[in-house]
Amino acid sequence: MQIATYAWLIALIPLMGAILLGLLGKKVNGKSAAAIGSASVLASFVLALLIFFSINSSTQKSFDIHLFNWIHSGSLSVPFNFLLDPLSSIMLLVITGVGFLIHVYSYGYMKDDEGIQRFFAYLNLFIFFMLLLVLGDNYAVMFTGWEGVGLCSYLLIGFWFKNTNYNNAAKKAFIMNRIGDLGFILGVFLIYNTFGSISYDKVFAAAAGFSSGSSIMVAITLLLFVGAMGKSAQIPLYTWLPDAMAGPTPVSALIHAATMVTAGVYMIARSNVLYVLAPFTLSVITLIGVCTALFAATIALTQNDIKKVLAYSTVSQLGFMFAALGAGAFASGVFHLVTHAFFKALLFLAAGSVIHAMSGEQDIRRMGGLRKLLPITYPVFLIGTIAISGIPPFAGFFSKDEILAHVYACSPILYVLLMVASVLTSFYMFRLLFLTFFGNYRGTKEHMHHMHESPSVMTIPLMVLALLSVLGGFIGLPEAWGANHWLNGFLAPVFEQSSGRVNALELSHTTELTLMAFALAGAFIGLAIAYSKYIAKNQVPAEDNNQPEGLYQLSYNKYYVDELYDKVIVKPLHKISESAIAFLEKNVISRSVDSFGRITLNGSRLSRNLQTGYIGFYIFFMVMAILLILLFNRI
Amino acid sequence: MITALLIFLPLLFAALLLLIRSDKSKYLALTFALAQLGLAITALLSFDKTAGTQFEIHIDWIKQLGIHFHVGMDGISLLLVLLTCVLYPLIILSSFKNKRSASFYALMFIMQTGLLGVFTALDGFLFYVFWEVALIPVYFICLLWGGVNRVKITFRFFIYTLFGSLLMLAALIYIYLMTPGQHSFELADLYQVQLDRMTQGLLFWAIFIAFAIKMPIFPFHSWQPDTYTDAPQEGTMLLSGIMLKMGIYGLIRILIPMTPLGLEDWGTTALVLSLIGIVYASLLAWVQNDFKRLIAYSSIAHIGLIAAGIFSLNTQAWQGSAMQMISHGIYATGLFFVASLFESRTGTRNMNELGGIRLQSPRFNTLFLIILLGSIGLPLTSGFIGEFLLLGGLFQHQAWMAGVAGLSMIFGAVYMLGAFQKTMLGEQRSTVLFQELDTTETITLTIIAGLIILLGVYPQPILDIAGPSMEKILAIIHHTSASAH
Repeated sequence: MQIATYAWLIALIPLMGAILLGLLGKKVNGKSAAAIGSASVLASFVLALLIFFSINSSTQKSFDIHLFNWIHSGSLSVPFNFLLDPLSSIMLLVITGVGFLIHVYSYGYMKDDEGIQRFFAYLNLFIFFMLLLVLGDNYAVMFTGWEGVGLCSYLLIGFWFKNTNYNNAAKKAFIMNRIGDLGFILGVFLIYNTFGSISYDKVFAAAAGFSSGSSIMVAITLLLFVGAMGKSAQIPLYTWLPDAMAGPTPVSALIHAATMVTAGVYMIARSNVLYVLAPFTLSVITLIGVCTALFAATIALTQNDIKKVLAYSTVSQLGFMFAALGAGAFASGVFHLVTHAFFKALLFLAAGSVIHAMSGEQDIRRMGGLRKLLPITYPVFLIGTIAISGIPPFAGFFSKDEILAHVYACSPILYVLLMVASVLTSFYMFRLLFLTFFGNYRGTKEHMHHMHESPSVMTIPLMVLALLSVLGGFIGLPEAWGANHWLNGFLAPVFEQSSGRVNALELSHTTELTLMAFALAGAFIGLAIAYSKYIAKNQVPAEDNNQPEGLYQLSYNKYYVDELYDKVIVKPLHKISESAIAFLEKNVISRSVDSFGRITLNGSRLSRNLQTGYIGFYIFFMVMAILLILLFNRI
Repeated sequence: MITALLIFLPLLFAALLLLIRSDKSKYLALTFALAQLGLAITALLSFDKTAGTQFEIHIDWIKQLGIHFHVGMDGISLLLVLLTCVLYPLIILSSFKNKRSASFYALMFIMQTGLLGVFTALDGFLFYVFWEVALIPVYFICLLWGGVNRVKITFRFFIYTLFGSLLMLAALIYIYLMTPGQHSFELADLYQVQLDRMTQGLLFWAIFIAFAIKMPIFPFHSWQPDTYTDAPQEGTMLLSGIMLKMGIYGLIRILIPMTPLGLEDWGTTALVLSLIGIVYASLLAWVQNDFKRLIAYSSIAHIGLIAAGIFSLNTQAWQGSAMQMISHGIYATGLFFVASLFESRTGTRNMNELGGIRLQSPRFNTLFLIILLGSIGLPLTSGFIGEFLLLGGLFQHQAWMAGVAGLSMIFGAVYMLGAFQKTMLGEQRSTVLFQELDTTETITLTIIAGLIILLGVYPQPILDIAGPSMEKILAIIHHTSASAH
């Protein structure tokens, strides 16, 4: 495959873009910065397309490209290699494709920001690290990308660095991710100790010799999953993601919806060979996935910030993906990753367009009736909402339906919970849609005065994403329909080794079709409730000082989880550190040293008394000493 | 020959500086330091990675006592010599605005003799002599140019490390007296001495404490935060960038090969102390307000990880420690420079009084951030390579220990990003404007940041230089401990 030899360019071009933009700084205007930034990602996208098509048509499905030897120590050898296979090529397309659209959109969104050059430099740097993450052929390169995207996320959440809250959100994101990263890296060490290598091909080949359920496999997979919990915002490490909405909206779309947060899904799909050997871990993943999906959905029900709703929705949708992975349906997880990238990027960007039109207002209680005022944003938002709610033939329906079916085959109880989450999704999304675009306008006159549809540099990416959200599902038409599931076939080589280890979906077509009907009914139930509340009854969520009590309050305050973490972990640690300073440092350790010094000083003071200078005194001692020596010698 | 030049040229430089005494001393000092760097690079270029100890000079010094002037460089020595010679020009560059006198630079060069002597000595007595030669100049640097409490603090530092040195001297003399026939201080001869387990245990502690104080390892660290905070900026850089590596080097060159049985009995204790130090110092770094003090505590945490790696006794951890010694030297110098920039520009290092500097000084912001990322071990920085190998090696030794030591990954992010936020982000809080870096400052920080990235992307040369020499020492102890059973 000719193109494989140029694969390194895919990652290098955005890096070059980032460095160039960083060095040029304010020497270029916003427009040129946007052009450089977007062009570099577009170039990568073209390369990604070429790679995709050649892999699709080639009989060889995986290509390993050696770049250079990175770390070699003892028997540990970490090459800087890229792996091209169906899974990484799909990821490349999503990252560079959606990434390019978001770059273009960002020009419109950030045009008047004085830091626009810096913004595009960070975005390009992010694309570079994200590409490393999916291109690496071993866990160390993946980890490099993994931490690198964390850094870019930090830089971009805190992009407006004068605001302390934003800075706190950025710091929190980085630290939460680092907690996960510690798990990840310990997992990598255990992989190395177990298999003697951290390159995927060697590890997966060696894993074939391990029996299912061995404790070492459970340990490895759980440790890696801790990393995924951090990066993909699963319980208990999810609280950073809603706060991450402090960043500019294109960042939320690119990093905190479409790409970075799905890295955990990619990592587990990539390590499928290890995961199928640890059924226990798989159950843990499903459980956490389902719980996260449901938990985050219940929070999204009451939020009034347009981006916060979408953020919790992202957490919830990631939960769906993990539920699929845990059920052994790796391809379905990746399928939902792809469709979610389309419709969630669309929703975020459309929300950005709304915020842009509303001069920065994000509270949906101050919106309403924007349908006619934003003639492009409204229909694309509607498309996104339908897609995420799981109404056919839009993208979300197919991928979500697959997940539900797989979870049903695993555990009907978890299926019910996930189904509830799905109904809630439809409800909160239509609630968002109705409150924003329907009813009467509730905002200020000031905002109304400045109201405008976004420029075409923003609306064109929206329309492209809308198209993808409509059609994206067709890459995975259900086999129950007698259709050909293209994505499953394409990804099959990646999951080949593990396909025998997990139970294939053994539902009859009738059951599958029934589940599909349930899912559809669920979506419409959510829609109907939202309609009756916010259209028929014209309700508007209460003001902050007038919130309903009970469960609503609990959900509105996000179950006080942040407060809990603060109280149980942060505050006590802080107290321990403070008292260590006050007690151990100042008293115990220093004092013991000082007393050592004091003993020396006092000792020398005592011995100094002997140096009287009187000859008689010295002679007296000499004689006494001689007497003593003689005395002891005799005995 | 080149080893002798490296060791003794600085003395000549010191003498020249004192003789000339011009107000251009700093340029002279920089030239001298660059000449030394040139020498070190020459050594590197003619170094044969596979050939063991090279550039040896072996002369009897005090023949009757078996004391030799025996110096030479294996990979480990060469690395630390390089580190010293790379950092010296940077430290001198960073001092340009401080208006230091000729005697200041002269003291620095006398210290360089001591440092390079320690890193190349192959005779136990010579090692001790250089060890003290390195201490005295920095004592005066801290005493004469330090902060307000310098007298008391420097005195404590001096007594503390001197106490350690004396323990080491006593231990060395004891082992020397056990050498067969006409006694010898040759390191190779000292390695040969086979003592019983009990004695080795005592010797282990005597030598370990000497090095533990120098690095420092918990709980022998109480001199360090005060000294680092109160010392002049160059003094702190010398202490943390280079001098503390004498302690780590001592572990590798003296402690471990001389007391293999003591190591068997007490190595785990030393390792656990190092681990405690990592967590303890990280927590303390978190609650500091003085940026310089925060770096001082973070240094204890990072050195704890290196020490823990040394006591894990495997190739990976050792190569990681080699990498991290270099890396720490570079970013610690950078961070202490940042601390002094805060102080010289705004009059304070108190982070609660700083803020919003990023606005005023974007170039400084970027360079500071890169150095900071190196210190928290982000991949593609030198810090990551060191941390990755150290933690991986520790994991091979005892998995749970890597878990504990790995907490530094989290804590490091907590306190460093916290410090970054307080000083650089938000609104401007200090009354004084933070001026953008001038050319010298930019060059200094750019070299530091560049080295951090360069070694993060291409670390192999460092690992290759240290590797074979480290494996040789590891082979000695694995051999003795195998034959003892």
